[in-house]
Amino acid sequence: MLEQLEGSQAVAKAVALCRPEVISAYPISPQTHIVEGLSDLVRTGELEPCEYLMVESEFAAMSACIGASAAGARTYTATASQGLLYMAEALFNASGLGLPIVMTLANRAIGAPINIWNDHSDSMSQRDSGWIQLYAESNQEAVDLHVQAFRLAEELSLPVMVCMDGFILTHAHEEVDLPTQEQVDAFLPAFVPRQVLDPAEPVTIGAMVGPEAFTEVKYLMHAKQVLALDSIPEIGADFSRAFGRDSGGLVRTYRAEDAETIVVALGSVLGTIEDVVDELREQGVKIGVVAIKCFRPYPLDDVREALRDAQRIVVIEKAFAVGAGGIVGQNIRLALSGLESRVHDVVAGLGGRPITKRSLHALLADALADRLEPGRLHFLDLKRDVVERELERLRDGRRPGPHAESILRDQGIVAARSH
Amino acid sequence: MHSHSPTGYGVGEEANVFQVRIHGRGGQGVVTAAELLSVAAFVEGSHAQAFPTFGSERTGAPVVSFCRIDDRPIRNREPIAEPDALIIQDPTLLHQVDVFAGLDQDGYILINSARGFDQLGLGEFATGFREQRLLTVPATEIAREHLGRPLPNAVLLGGFAGLSGLVTIESVARAIRERFPGKLGDGNVAAAEAAFEYVRRETGSVAHA
Repeated sequence: MLEQLEGSQAVAKAVALCRPEVISAYPISPQTHIVEGLSDLVRTGELEPCEYLMVESEFAAMSACIGASAAGARTYTATASQGLLYMAEALFNASGLGLPIVMTLANRAIGAPINIWNDHSDSMSQRDSGWIQLYAESNQEAVDLHVQAFRLAEELSLPVMVCMDGFILTHAHEEVDLPTQEQVDAFLPAFVPRQVLDPAEPVTIGAMVGPEAFTEVKYLMHAKQVLALDSIPEIGADFSRAFGRDSGGLVRTYRAEDAETIVVALGSVLGTIEDVVDELREQGVKIGVVAIKCFRPYPLDDVREALRDAQRIVVIEKAFAVGAGGIVGQNIRLALSGLESRVHDVVAGLGGRPITKRSLHALLADALADRLEPGRLHFLDLKRDVVERELERLRDGRRPGPHAESILRDQGIVAARSH
Repeated sequence: MHSHSPTGYGVGEEANVFQVRIHGRGGQGVVTAAELLSVAAFVEGSHAQAFPTFGSERTGAPVVSFCRIDDRPIRNREPIAEPDALIIQDPTLLHQVDVFAGLDQDGYILINSARGFDQLGLGEFATGFREQRLLTVPATEIAREHLGRPLPNAVLLGGFAGLSGLVTIESVARAIRERFPGKLGDGNVAAAEAAFEYVRRETGSVAHA
């Protein structure tokens, strides 16, 4: 039924429809509304049987998920930002053990400087943790991806992270078509664990593995992730048939058929980019969009196929590798090796800075006129004067002090605030 | 869109989207107001998107929320820099925050105040705007009367329905009741209806400046 809902509430309801048996979580903004919603559904008995564990930290949250999943329970958690980092060690355990845990990540920046707003630093920091990473463009897709994620996780016995932009999606009220319980039950069969801790039939999960077999276990992890490149489109197609709308998949193209210039991005910024692309198309510019829906496993062949005919590719990403450059950009270049196309890396939306149509128009005008220096990392809406002043201070003073506080003082801001 | 087709927004891409920005202070229900407006538009069959400025808001701090309403699905997620309408829940913000940023002279302004634009020191500013699109409503007083609490958000939505015709008062009432069942909802609906009637009376007469 079509409802006007907050993103977090929609996700909480969608997760409940998937009948998780154990939810273990620690609240952190901007994810909190999701687990609050779920704990309410458990308390009122609307979601049962389900055990909701309020633990003392994110490390404990993921650890409890590992135990519950190994015992054969459908298991869910949610986190963001520093919370994800705090569970980093357990993330690798969950994926190394091949446990089909589903987690929502409400994308948020990583400190320092402390910042609670949206970007993709958190998920990108754990891109090689062995979790599948799916990125939602809208709250409808966030709902749909959770339903698909449980099936994907359990089919392959792998953990899946559904990434949705914190605040921009989690706190937005928009229309969402929530599936019925019958629809979800028909799409998502009961969980049959591939491995289970059972006192009646005792086994060990998580044994020490030495040099004689560690490589082979890791190879199998990789092979299983690569299998997901087949499963994700299959499950997406099944989903379309069952629910009558497209969601998920590996890569989605928009007006890209004859495009000379293609913008690549992940997550909720794609909608704003598509509006801008429509406006440029009206002016006769041959421009399109490629949305990366699944970043891990990396759909290299699909990316190459989607981008192979473009001359100019502008990657807009909400995170970067300090001292190295764009993260998505590097992956795009890898997919295009041997081709002539130029790839521009643009970092945008860091720490919640709005990505506006006006700025995107200016950026793409520069790109179309070949005014973007190739091979350089670009920062959308970078306040150059602020950076220059700080560099100046650095040159002059023996003890220039912390950048963040100096810049805030220059701008007359006592406490950080949003736009 | 339906009956509401405010004129003067150009043609083409942006012609159908209507953008509302709500200013208030933490604790005044600024975020809830945008949410309720989006629900009211949704029940009328429009596409709507409501979102807050994102931050660690605290009681009394300036807060902004946004609502977009369109007859097509909404993809754009940038904050609203050029609103078609402003709802200002706290008049003390007028000289603290640039609440009018990005509003052109075809825009709607609804301010919570028992005083008029002239008395608020906005007489000169209002010159050039369409008079019938600017109004103050004593929302705090109306809220006190019907709710016993000075919560202006739902009240102003009733007033906004009257001023703009963007949504009906019935849809506003339905959105309020869905969000706040029982006595709280009844009180807010009564207050919103009172504000709607107030606006209808004021805009029916000439002297509301």
